[in-house]
Amino acid sequence: MKSNEKVLLRGSEAIGEAALRAGCQCYFGYPITPQNELPEYMARRMGELPGRTFVQSESELAAINMVYGASATGARVMTSSSSPGVSLMQEGISYLAACEFPSVIVNIIRGGPGLGNIAPAQSDYFQATRGGGHGDYRCIVLAPGFLQESVDLTYRAFDLADEYRIPVLILGDGMMGQMMEPVVLPAFREDLPKKEWAITGAGKGKSRFIRSLLLDVHVEESHNWKLYRKYQRIERREPRSDSYAVEDAELVVVAYGTAARIAKGAVRRLRARGVKVGLFRPITLWPFPAKALAGLAESVGRFLVFEMSMGQLVEDVKLALNGKAEVELYGRPGGVVVTPVELSRILSRRYNAMRHEA
Amino acid sequence: MIQKAILAGFGGQGVLMMGVTLATAAMREDKYVTYLPTYGAEVRGGTANCTVSVGDEEIASPIASNPDFLVVLNAPSLHKFQSILRKGGDCLLNTSLVHEKSIRKDVNVYEIAASEMAEEMGELRSANMIILGAFLKISGMVQPETVLGIIDETFRRKSPKVVEKNKDAFWAGYRYFE
Repeated sequence: MKSNEKVLLRGSEAIGEAALRAGCQCYFGYPITPQNELPEYMARRMGELPGRTFVQSESELAAINMVYGASATGARVMTSSSSPGVSLMQEGISYLAACEFPSVIVNIIRGGPGLGNIAPAQSDYFQATRGGGHGDYRCIVLAPGFLQESVDLTYRAFDLADEYRIPVLILGDGMMGQMMEPVVLPAFREDLPKKEWAITGAGKGKSRFIRSLLLDVHVEESHNWKLYRKYQRIERREPRSDSYAVEDAELVVVAYGTAARIAKGAVRRLRARGVKVGLFRPITLWPFPAKALAGLAESVGRFLVFEMSMGQLVEDVKLALNGKAEVELYGRPGGVVVTPVELSRILSRRYNAMRHEA
Repeated sequence: MIQKAILAGFGGQGVLMMGVTLATAAMREDKYVTYLPTYGAEVRGGTANCTVSVGDEEIASPIASNPDFLVVLNAPSLHKFQSILRKGGDCLLNTSLVHEKSIRKDVNVYEIAASEMAEEMGELRSANMIILGAFLKISGMVQPETVLGIIDETFRRKSPKVVEKNKDAFWAGYRYFE
């Protein structure tokens, strides 16, 4: 596959190929539907490319600890799983965060809780954005809305992970993983960043050690302050969002990923009928694009949060708006994907009710 | 405008391959396109289907809840999908494999005995090329020449004879509804 040329790729392949082009040297994972096409792709492609390591581990716990080990040595490393599997990885993600080990973790979310089903859902928003493991930490959380963005954000995820020495989560769902769409692939990275902190073996200069066990409270406190300052830096520099038809909108839908894709279809449909609705789409879920959203509240009085979960994204929207506008929730849990037509009916009803009140 | 088609049959009949070919052709024509296969706890040899959406504007949902076209290669798929076909939509049936009639009176039904045609042409395996040709004639979703280019790339590695057989099958299907 050539760079800068449109190719038709499956969502999971788009993520896999972008990761390889970003210089992902190691992949460790354990199978789970609906993301098996990703490890399958990595197994095949990593065999073709020089200097890559693929391991199908015996469990998710093993996979995330292999990520931990490979990252400690400075490798660009990735794992992927789906909701229940990502739950099993949380302890390891907490350790990655504590040791500031760069890593990329893909969660192709399925309906839950528990084993749930394999249908598209967004039910792991809290787990991803609140640090699903123990301790006071954050992960950067990226939520592509279409396959070109899956490519671009996966490529970028490795740079973000290295720049901030942080685990980066990429959220998708079964629909985004299985569907195909044309994408343009970036070139293979040749110039991977040097990692002065990495543990690369004996006899290569001053000894280094990295650990997460910090028994002295003062040492642990200063480590937490250091992490906190890093998180503040990320919150200042890295929020990303997109908006559509918001200029004169009276009602703005807030949605990400697959939900945003459907919401955009609904908004476009209503705009064609002269209904003044718009769309705000967070691309980074953490850091949440709070400033951009709050800026919209200068002109928009009402927001409707559309998420494929029941009241998770809406919390960040309320925190960002801080009472400046009315916020309503329309959630669809359990793996149901509503159509743009259905959503446009719901929006239209809310819009009319709002105009009636006014 | 966006057009959506559901292609459905048994696994192994080539419905997914047809869908990917169609989607690739749409991409080559610089159209917006999405392809979505079914997935689930399916068994090998069970039903397989995919949805292809093609348009001149961004496609919001790759799912078709009210498709414009339906291509049916087995009876279970006819039962499963005929009710959601858009009123006035087009339903293409391979009557070599589907012996039942559509119950819908408000759609256009196109019948073609593709497997028998393929057998007569000496290559049973090219039945899906006949279907693909017929479908393009009915739907106009992409240009036949674009699809021929892809057939060429796909089968070139096998032999020029295979390419020709598939192209012949494609045109036989395309001309059937002229």
